[in-house]
Amino acid sequence: MIKAVMVMNTQGKPRLAKFYEYLPPEKQQELIRSVFAVLCSRAENVSNFIQAESIFGPDSRLVYKHFATLYFVLVFDSSENELAVLDLIQVFVETLDKCFKNVCELDIVFNYSKIHTILDEIIFGGQVLETSSTEVMKAVEEISKLEAASNSITLIPKSASGWRNR
Amino acid sequence: MGSQGGFYQSKEFLDLVKSIGEARSKAEEDRIVLNEIETLKRRISEPDIPKRKMKEFIIRLVYVEMLGHDASFGYIHAVKMTHDDSLLVKRTGYLAVTLFLNEDHDLIILIVNTIQKDLKSDNYLVVCAALNAVCKLINEETIPAVLPQVVELLGHPKEAVRKKAIMALHRFYHKSPSSVSHLVSNFRKRLCDNDPGVMGATLCPLFDLITTDVNSYKDLVISFVSILKQVAERRLPKAYDYHQMPAPFIQIKLLKILALLGSGDKQASENMYTVVGDIFRKCDSSSNIGNAVLYECICCVSSIYPNPKLLESAADVISRFLKSDSHNLKYMGIDALGRLIKISPEIAEQHQLAVIDCLEDPDDTLKRKTFELLYKMTKSTNVDVIVDRMIDYMISINDSHYKTEIASRCVELAEQFAPSNQWFIQTMNKVFEHAGDLVNIKVAHNLMRLIAEGFGEDDDSADTQLRSSAVESYLRILGEPKLPSVFLQVICWVLGEYGTADGKFSASYITGKLCDVAEAYSNDETVKAYAVTALMKIYAFEIAAGRKIDMLPECQSLIEELLASHSTDLQQRAYELQAVIGLDAHAVECIMPSDASCEDIEVDKSLSFLNGYVQEAIEKGAQPYIPESERSGMLNISNFRNQDHIEASSHGLRFEAYELPKPTVQSSIPPATLASNELVPVPEPVYSRESYQTPMPSVSSDAGSSELKLRLDGVQKKWGRPTYSPATSTVNSTTQKTVNGTTQVDGASSSNSRSRETYDSRKPQVEISPEKQKLAASLFGGSSKAEKRPATGHKTSKASSHTVEKSHVPKSSVEVVSEKRAPVQPPPDLLDLGEPTIASSAPSIDPFKQLEGLLDPTQDASAVNHGSTTVTKSPDIMGLYAETPAGIQDKDDNLLSGLSNLSVTNIPSGTTTTTSMQSSKGPNLKDALEKDALVRQMGVTPSTQNPNLFKDLLG
Repeated sequence: MIKAVMVMNTQGKPRLAKFYEYLPPEKQQELIRSVFAVLCSRAENVSNFIQAESIFGPDSRLVYKHFATLYFVLVFDSSENELAVLDLIQVFVETLDKCFKNVCELDIVFNYSKIHTILDEIIFGGQVLETSSTEVMKAVEEISKLEAASNSITLIPKSASGWRNR
Repeated sequence: MGSQGGFYQSKEFLDLVKSIGEARSKAEEDRIVLNEIETLKRRISEPDIPKRKMKEFIIRLVYVEMLGHDASFGYIHAVKMTHDDSLLVKRTGYLAVTLFLNEDHDLIILIVNTIQKDLKSDNYLVVCAALNAVCKLINEETIPAVLPQVVELLGHPKEAVRKKAIMALHRFYHKSPSSVSHLVSNFRKRLCDNDPGVMGATLCPLFDLITTDVNSYKDLVISFVSILKQVAERRLPKAYDYHQMPAPFIQIKLLKILALLGSGDKQASENMYTVVGDIFRKCDSSSNIGNAVLYECICCVSSIYPNPKLLESAADVISRFLKSDSHNLKYMGIDALGRLIKISPEIAEQHQLAVIDCLEDPDDTLKRKTFELLYKMTKSTNVDVIVDRMIDYMISINDSHYKTEIASRCVELAEQFAPSNQWFIQTMNKVFEHAGDLVNIKVAHNLMRLIAEGFGEDDDSADTQLRSSAVESYLRILGEPKLPSVFLQVICWVLGEYGTADGKFSASYITGKLCDVAEAYSNDETVKAYAVTALMKIYAFEIAAGRKIDMLPECQSLIEELLASHSTDLQQRAYELQAVIGLDAHAVECIMPSDASCEDIEVDKSLSFLNGYVQEAIEKGAQPYIPESERSGMLNISNFRNQDHIEASSHGLRFEAYELPKPTVQSSIPPATLASNELVPVPEPVYSRESYQTPMPSVSSDAGSSELKLRLDGVQKKWGRPTYSPATSTVNSTTQKTVNGTTQVDGASSSNSRSRETYDSRKPQVEISPEKQKLAASLFGGSSKAEKRPATGHKTSKASSHTVEKSHVPKSSVEVVSEKRAPVQPPPDLLDLGEPTIASSAPSIDPFKQLEGLLDPTQDASAVNHGSTTVTKSPDIMGLYAETPAGIQDKDDNLLSGLSNLSVTNIPSGTTTTTSMQSSKGPNLKDALEKDALVRQMGVTPSTQNPNLFKDLLG
């Protein structure tokens, strides 16, 4: 099972944090901080895996991937395969890239709820739900279309269709 | 980039994000966020806010909470949003509540109703949002409220809904298996869903179900195999391809499930061989995901009933992983090696250099994984090298969690495989010195026990030697500053017990050291207590030996200080010390016999020696003693009533509890006790000595308590025995049946020589070969010998190397130590000497199977399962651990045939191969690493203000 998904920038600012078992906000902050402390002590040319038992308790592994200014971090237990999780991060980022065309840190900050929508299509309740980025895209687009439709009366059309047209 | 303007974000939110991004300090950021919270608090409760605005407020709240600030004031607004009709608002509300609330939050009760309604909605997106909330917010009590709807959704026309409904059910199963136990068949049904996504999602709950109960899913093996086959043959829609691999995530899940189902089941495993073999062949090893699938194949192969062909492919993949430049692949390779090594131990040898490279890699993750591997492949021949490495690493790290883990592993390995007791003590010293506060106190007790017991009866000089070497090492270590408390306790105990035993150190020297300890660690009472008791022992031994004691001034002042200590324990010890010093030699010898910590104390639990006294008292009219069992407990009310009547008639307010101490107080009176019972101390450091106070008139007031403590001693004596001793004892019992007296003697001496070798064999290599080769040889050298045990042809070559090593022995100082090891050596060689040829190998397997069982229960179980079929296989499986008996056998033969067997080669066969491997591999690796580093550097470095994430993703 996947325990947490975190996205943080290279300064340690959280950009997305989702824990699949409830944790109080203070604990979440503490975990994010200790993960960042480990991440920034890692050298350039090493593996993407960290044994995270000292942070997340027994039977937990951590896989991270560094893209430009962001770290994508997934925490999970022994029922997942490290290399596969690494590719799951890839799927997530590929989907983000398809969504935002050359995704960057700011996209993630400003489209906070949309990032959550995408993530919910990939990981659902701690289990990997969908691993095909095309399928995820399809689902997300449909959601946005319907959301926009349900709000078209109250919204300014331009902003409603802003990202969809790209 | 451009999208920040869209997606309904207002300028305020943009400004917030921007100003937080530009904040130069945490304090500044906090100030901005607190400001924002104030604004939100004010505006969110204004009436008639447009929905779109409200949505934005909630998103801002989520953002604020993610930054670590309290947003609880807005939770209720998020809950309200879930009631809204607009999809956008509703979804935002659900998102916010799943992030804000937990399943036990008070507000959940307001949401359950909405969820129920939304699960029935016509709009599938509403249903999806509700299912999402179900996963996060429904707890055990509310499951029944939504369960019927969720089950209904399993047949929803939209595959996205079916998928999520399965996940929600899975979640329920996690939270409360009993609530959905009658619905488990639904998972089986969904496995045949038309949509591959739904089928893939179903694998998650099935994996969990199979993990808990393999047997009821054996019938699905065929289905899983056929699904896997179809996936591997690309029968799924193209959309599921990922980097040219057909649905790799589904393949991985299926392989995991097959590994569970095939474990220890030959029939089920046979169904899987073809498809797993196919995947091995088809998998694209150039992509990351391809390697993930390959790794999963290895896991599967090492879990199911072994198939030689598949094992071969697995070994090939592992060697590819280990030779790769990618740290990720090396990591997976090491992990896979650890799995496969259980089945075919010989493959470790091919990769020895790669493993050592990983051990020295700067990447901490890889290093730890490698230590894990080494831990798995430790045996008595390489334990010293591995544990040395582990200790070095343990010293170098700061992470206390991992330090504890590695320290306990060191202890475990040392206890299991220690080549000699001296080595064991030295190793323990190192562990204590550097991680003393992190290890279990039991380990310290074990160490004290080992020093005290030594080898028992047959070899006293060796024991003495061991103890004096321990004393010497401790006196040296005491010079170091800041030792852990546990370690100091051990030191004090050993110094007290054996400090003056060999006459090398004077009593005043040792007592001086002990006083230093008590002074230097004056706020650690346990250490002080140990030190005082040790002082008492030393003085007692001096008095008993007839020497006049001459108390050091600092010791005097220490005792005076402790006499007035706030701790009653320390005070008591100090008074006892004073009292003992005042006694004559004979009395002291009875109280504190030297080196008697291992003798058992005979406790006369019935206190029969008091019979006369009791009789006398009863005759004088005292109440007879009612045993505790007959005095029914006061808690039992019905009994209490009855008894109340009886007691009221016999005596007024007296309850038996008052009588309890009576016999024990009296126990101190008859002096005959001492002679008749011959009390001797148990190896319990703290209280053992006090038990001797019993017969002493001067401290008779303590007698009651000390008598009670005696019982405590009996309990504490149950320290876990070191793991290797029980194992040997079983071996002993099986072998000794067939052996007569004379061979036994021979056996002992031959095992001596063997242990000497294991300890020494490393030495000659140190000087002649480069460090890495040495390490490789000492880590892996043993395994090659191990596997070929049945072949007699090998004996001569091994025997020759043995003689050479033997010739080193007289020069080394370790000789004595190795002799001490003798009784602990597993003695299958005894058998061997009786019947030195083929027949001997069969019975000698047996005891080691037991040993092996300790190490690897699963394997043992599988071996048992397959009965006759395993017989041919078993020596192979055991190869890893069976090295020891093999070695002994051969060497014994050699001993018998005489030392005349001459040979020149000293280097184990492993070493020569390693040289060639290294030379062929060296330069390539370096080049490739450099290139890789360059590529990565180029890809990762951000070049513009707003760098493209995908540059390194695709590059």
